[in-house]
Amino acid sequence: MLFHLWVYLATTPLLGLTATLVAYVAAEAFSRATRRHALANPVLLAIVMLAALLLATHTPYAAYFQGGQYVHFLLGPATVALAVPMYLNLGRIRAAGRAIIPAVLAGAVVAAATAMLTARLFGASRVVVLSLAPKSVTTPIAMGVAEQIGGQASLAAVFVLCTGLLSTVLIGPLLRWARITDHRAVGLAGGTAGHGLATAYLLRTDETAGAFAGLAIGLNGIATALLVPLLARWLAG
Amino acid sequence: MIGALTILLVCQLAGEALARAANLSLPGPVIGLVLLLAILFVRRGVPPALRTTSQGLLANLGLLFVPAGVGVVTQLDALGRDWVAIVASLLVSTAAGLLATGWVMQRLLRRG
Repeated sequence: MLFHLWVYLATTPLLGLTATLVAYVAAEAFSRATRRHALANPVLLAIVMLAALLLATHTPYAAYFQGGQYVHFLLGPATVALAVPMYLNLGRIRAAGRAIIPAVLAGAVVAAATAMLTARLFGASRVVVLSLAPKSVTTPIAMGVAEQIGGQASLAAVFVLCTGLLSTVLIGPLLRWARITDHRAVGLAGGTAGHGLATAYLLRTDETAGAFAGLAIGLNGIATALLVPLLARWLAG
Repeated sequence: MIGALTILLVCQLAGEALARAANLSLPGPVIGLVLLLAILFVRRGVPPALRTTSQGLLANLGLLFVPAGVGVVTQLDALGRDWVAIVASLLVSTAAGLLATGWVMQRLLRRG
């Protein structure tokens, strides 16, 4: 009886959609309970929970995605919506305008090139190398770029998340060690190398850093979408 | 809210259409982002409804990554095979990216 019910529900979008939301709400509650510890990232927790559920119940990803696609679809409009905080931040930070573009370009090229070269050095497969290339930018853009250059969108999504988490752990000690202390530079570095996760992390401590990080997400998204296909042709082997 | 969502979707659709028509190597939503940014510049401001809707979408951006992230179950073989390369690549490139941007930005700010 229970089995038949499961078989029925597993074929409707309702189950996948509801499971996605329940997992996220639960992960979000857990993250709050740990006072937003960097390792208790709600997105990563929700993914791990759902992936474990699929593996444990032998549910194919395609069946889950029937429901998941309704959430996934909103990534497109959300990417477009990044224009709003970019526009609102641009006015505030005109003064630093001439430094911003070269700094974001440097970060975009260095991150993508070192990602591909390091992966190749350790003998990763071509799909993995290409999925790593756009991992510094916000997920919807990274997934689009990864697919375009012959990588895997879902691998890119996971790499983007891991990069964001790593950036929140590294940014404090690393930039202090390199004597990069200007809040505008710290913010721009966080947004360029660690997209939304670093931005959310910086916003909690410093508003200036947060504003520069928010701007950097959009700028690096555009820079990466333009440059990574060229870099990939050159470096992915 | 519906009006704002319509603006976002129209920009995305125009972006997708442009990407196809001109054979651009940019994802459609990124072109949509640039189009919306251009519109905001011309209008010299963000309509309040668009502001609230965008903030609502972006405040829950994390949720939107989840379904794609779960797709990792289809890639467990690749992850298992290449995990050393992946960990090394993520560590090196994240550190290098942070340093490159932070360093260039701080140099140029001090000079300017």
